[in-house]
Amino acid sequence: MSAELGAWGVPVAVLAGAIRVSTPFIFVSLGECITERSGRVNLGLEGTLVMGAMVGYGCSYLTGSPWVGVLAAGLVGVLLGALHGFLCGRPRVNDIAVGIGLMLFGCGLAFFLGKPLIQPSAPHLPAIPFGFWSQSSQIEDALRVNVLFLLGALLAPAVSFALKRTRWGLIVRTVGESAEAARAMGYDVNRVRTLATMAGGFLAGIGGSFLSLFYPGSWNEGLSSGQGLMAVALVIFARWDPVRCLYASLLFGGASALGPALQAVGVTKGYYLFNAAPYALTLLIMVLSSSATRTSADQPAELTVAR
Amino acid sequence: MTQISPVPTSPAGASGQAPSARPAQGRAARTSLLKKFEPLLISCASICATLLLFGVFLVVDGLNPLDVYEVMFRGAFGTWFSFQNTLQRSAPLMLTALCTALPMQLGLLVIGGEGALVVGGVSAAVVGLSMHDAGSYTMLTAMLLAGAISGGLWIALVGALRAYRGVNETISSLLMSYIAIALMNHLVEGALRDPESLNKPATRHIGDANMLGPIPGLDVHWGLIYGVVACLFGFVLMKRTIFGFAAAMTGGNMRAALLSGLRVRQLMVLTCFLAGAAAGVAGMVEVAAVHGRANASLVAGYGYTGILVAFVARQNPLGVIPVALILGGIGASGGLLQRNFSLPDASVKVLEGILFMVILVSETLYGKLDLWSFARSATARKSAQAGAVA
Repeated sequence: MSAELGAWGVPVAVLAGAIRVSTPFIFVSLGECITERSGRVNLGLEGTLVMGAMVGYGCSYLTGSPWVGVLAAGLVGVLLGALHGFLCGRPRVNDIAVGIGLMLFGCGLAFFLGKPLIQPSAPHLPAIPFGFWSQSSQIEDALRVNVLFLLGALLAPAVSFALKRTRWGLIVRTVGESAEAARAMGYDVNRVRTLATMAGGFLAGIGGSFLSLFYPGSWNEGLSSGQGLMAVALVIFARWDPVRCLYASLLFGGASALGPALQAVGVTKGYYLFNAAPYALTLLIMVLSSSATRTSADQPAELTVAR
Repeated sequence: MTQISPVPTSPAGASGQAPSARPAQGRAARTSLLKKFEPLLISCASICATLLLFGVFLVVDGLNPLDVYEVMFRGAFGTWFSFQNTLQRSAPLMLTALCTALPMQLGLLVIGGEGALVVGGVSAAVVGLSMHDAGSYTMLTAMLLAGAISGGLWIALVGALRAYRGVNETISSLLMSYIAIALMNHLVEGALRDPESLNKPATRHIGDANMLGPIPGLDVHWGLIYGVVACLFGFVLMKRTIFGFAAAMTGGNMRAALLSGLRVRQLMVLTCFLAGAAAGVAGMVEVAAVHGRANASLVAGYGYTGILVAFVARQNPLGVIPVALILGGIGASGGLLQRNFSLPDASVKVLEGILFMVILVSETLYGKLDLWSFARSATARKSAQAGAVA
């Protein structure tokens, strides 16, 4: 790293991190947002994320096109979402517990099938160099924005619009607010929820492909460290609003980048402690945004996670 | 879960018809017998279904599932040596399973056993190192207490956040696990680092003479006894005491528990403390009996497998013991699978994941095996409807 920016390197690196690290958060939290608006929680998105990373990497390596990888990762997410939806549709099956099961299963399966993918290198996703005007290599690095980030940033208002203004969005919200009302109107609650979980899985899978195809940009077993799970907490923080999910993701990306950024300017003390920053921030935010006596008015009434 | 026998409340019994009393009793006996064996039956069926599903997986991989299962069985229970290895692995699983099973009695789904294990292990190591000259018994007792108390406080915090701030315990406990691991790395890389541990930073060794030794006559450390005792304690506490009854009541219907004046919040925090203490002891055992020092080896996934153990045991502390043996055996056979079939070590994880989901789905089977009570409840419903109409 060049030292030309001095202490300014920290905010620049945090900004770069916010853009780079937040992308999987954006996709997973948007996906989880759709699922939770339908009244179900999918804690298994951590597993979906890791599976998406593995499949995305594998398909990108085999076909030579990273976009095929992204699509494949999304489709795997759809499959895992369908599995979650199917299992939760059985009577007396707890959606949070199924999520934990899927988390373990997804990670295990990804490590199992992804063993041969640790060695080869797959083509990466392209990035747009918005920093071409700058002399500083750090700023240039920071502004090399990945296409998926832009897609995610556009997707947030799109999902928000879809939930608020379209017929499908209304159906999803109805199912999430009152299953009985939805049933009375003739909608199959289980089917709507399963479809919402599949849509959420699609986005989470894409988020996973970003991990292996852009940043960090390789496939290994330590690729995801709870991003999928933090995204679930983040949706609660964002109070089930897709646009707020985007902001929250950026905040989290910045928090995750704090440790490496400080290390880059020579502050190595407490590097491992800074690794805890995003988790501590999530926890703090959950403490501040929850209440023991009342539930948030924005919370889908059928949801159990934020009791 | 406490289940009240449906017989006295049935309308037929209430009307007091003498002739029908006898057959009803016989039926009730049969039903309760079925009810007793239902969990066992369904659990065994679930394990068989899991083996079938995983078998498909192995066939796709070009392996004969029967060969694999035979090797697995040999690796887990086949020889005295492998069985002792299984016992050794099941000890921390029993303790971390309690970390999920105890709060579940109150309806709390805590999945942060891994974090409490790490916290307990690190505190036990710190305490052990600070009293090097106190003699091994004093030292091990102090380590045990340190592990239990620190792990307990760690999860009690999760319980307190849930009770007093309404923070979802599932997510917060998992976040706390990541924080615990980061804290451990921070300490092990910095203040507590043994300068001689080069490529794998760790605390200093507690000393071979101070390690938790084997149970007399076995090659298994005392952690197994800790695990079994903790499970028995958990069972008695939850199924045979007023405390456990209050917990079951809270888990069954929290509003009713609050209305009847139970101190639900204190109950939550205390139960979470006990749960965390169990996982903390698991960390202490790992440090005192296996590694001799605290380092990243503590993060071996025992916390996560413990969640699975708790679910397969249907959150019954007594059921945790055999289930921990089975899953400890699966874990112990992982190395053999790797050597004999060159299956990656993640295959055990796949098997565990499949088992987890099969077990969850099997929940839907309860009550359906019991055709008698099924028919009776149908007639009861019918007569209740008739009563309502009249």
